[in-house]
Amino acid sequence: MIRVERLTKYYHDTCAVDHITLDVRQGEILGLLGPNGAGKTTTLRMLTGFLKPTSGTIRVKDYTIDEQALEIKKILGYLPESAPLYHDMLVYDYLQFVADIRGVAPARKRARIGELGDLCGINEVMHQPISELSKGYKQRVGLAHAMMNDPEVLVLDEPTSGLDPNQIVEIREIIRQIGREKTIIFSTHILSEAEATCDRVAIIHHGKIVADSSTAQLKETLGDRSRILITLAQADAAAVQRELATVTGVSSLAVLEQTDGHLRLQLECALAADPRPEIYRRIKQTSWVLLDFHLETQSLEAVFRELTKES
Amino acid sequence: MRQALRICRKEFQAYFLSPIAYIVIAIFLLVTGWFFFSTFFLLNQASLRNFFGLLPTVFAFVTPAVTMRLFAEELSIGSYETLLTLPVTNRDVIAGKFLASCAFITAMLVPTLAYPVTVSLLGSLDWGPVAGGYLGALLLGAAFSAIGLLASALTRNQIVAFIVGMAICFGLTLVDQMLFFVPRALLGTLTYLAVDSHFQNIAKGILDTRDIVYFLSLGFIGLYGTSLVLKAKH
Repeated sequence: MIRVERLTKYYHDTCAVDHITLDVRQGEILGLLGPNGAGKTTTLRMLTGFLKPTSGTIRVKDYTIDEQALEIKKILGYLPESAPLYHDMLVYDYLQFVADIRGVAPARKRARIGELGDLCGINEVMHQPISELSKGYKQRVGLAHAMMNDPEVLVLDEPTSGLDPNQIVEIREIIRQIGREKTIIFSTHILSEAEATCDRVAIIHHGKIVADSSTAQLKETLGDRSRILITLAQADAAAVQRELATVTGVSSLAVLEQTDGHLRLQLECALAADPRPEIYRRIKQTSWVLLDFHLETQSLEAVFRELTKES
Repeated sequence: MRQALRICRKEFQAYFLSPIAYIVIAIFLLVTGWFFFSTFFLLNQASLRNFFGLLPTVFAFVTPAVTMRLFAEELSIGSYETLLTLPVTNRDVIAGKFLASCAFITAMLVPTLAYPVTVSLLGSLDWGPVAGGYLGALLLGAAFSAIGLLASALTRNQIVAFIVGMAICFGLTLVDQMLFFVPRALLGTLTYLAVDSHFQNIAKGILDTRDIVYFLSLGFIGLYGTSLVLKAKH
């Protein structure tokens, strides 16, 4: 559906995006992750034809951005970061303007704006000036703007930034709902969000793609270490340490917390050699009371930190 | 072109959503009305010559105020990005905004039709120069709009856009008043560059292609400059 090849953008001498290659299939939700200033917004701006790449090609369906930018703009809906919309217009007037420009048939305009009002939950603010809307509502109007002509590709730049937790859940729900049929690319620096909504994530750092795979795969391949968390009662820290540190596969053991008889431990171990059966066997032989025992694979957060560490 | 007209309609409506439109129109009518009628009865002539004589100077102030927000506001709130990722070209955007400004200036001139009507009731008015004057006013408004649009595209600050636009327009209207400073070699060029003589020719009812070409080229330079500035932003 979308094919980005060796995309590069220089602002004067600084390189914002450095030879990015990306493939997005139809019906896929791709999350673009990266720290601030990694080049996410620049990439999306080039994808939507707002910025001209220094070099590299972008193809959407059979169109290239150099020659058929207008065709691409027609099938692509875009919500820029923090939804910059005309302040002094009423929401309804604005959506009507977008419908005109997007070539929605005059007879269908009213119905389409109604549909979007329901989908994005903006019916109650339809007749308010955009400048008076809260950030969450503005974002939703922006989303309605992006989806006006039912585009095949939806590009969203940090669609949930600055929203409260309830609004974030709602916007995510909307994205997932649309994502069943449409191709969606969105950028974020909130990892749990990418994990919750995306089929695939690409992590950008210093203008380069440092990882590009499904969320599950990413955690698996990069998270080769895992943690075992154990909570024990009626146990002595020194004895526990003596007993468990010698289990094969456990590389380190740390006492996280020690309160009136409760002991929380963290064991680092290699994922390949699962030491859990052995640990359980040893605990069973003692008189300790096992309250909690679970394995934590490395979170996306840790993967992200690992990949985007300043070296 | 249809996209340009849609943008034009939106921009034209936007003028009347903010108080700017009403303030600009009110000031324009007050200034022209006052200066025209304060000497009208003293001169005791049934002509609009005074009104049209004043127009380039007033337009040099008013037109940049009309055009200042067209790009500067979009650039400062970032809606420029939203607009340009809709299926429109740079040319559509520039043409739409330019036409909106021209339409606004036309709307601003409509109430002044009361002047010739009043004058024609008081004496025998020659309608030829009046028609010429209004045609000239439209050409002048369009040319100044193009310049104001260029000034607006240069900055994201509306006040800067207004001052730059006004400086250029005002310079063009005043350049033939300052000719005694100028070396002889430049005299011809500068006289040609001045707005006033071209405008007054048309306002006398003389339709010379030189004057019309002057206004059209002024407009073209403004619009082309705008498109270059916007292209550099990508």
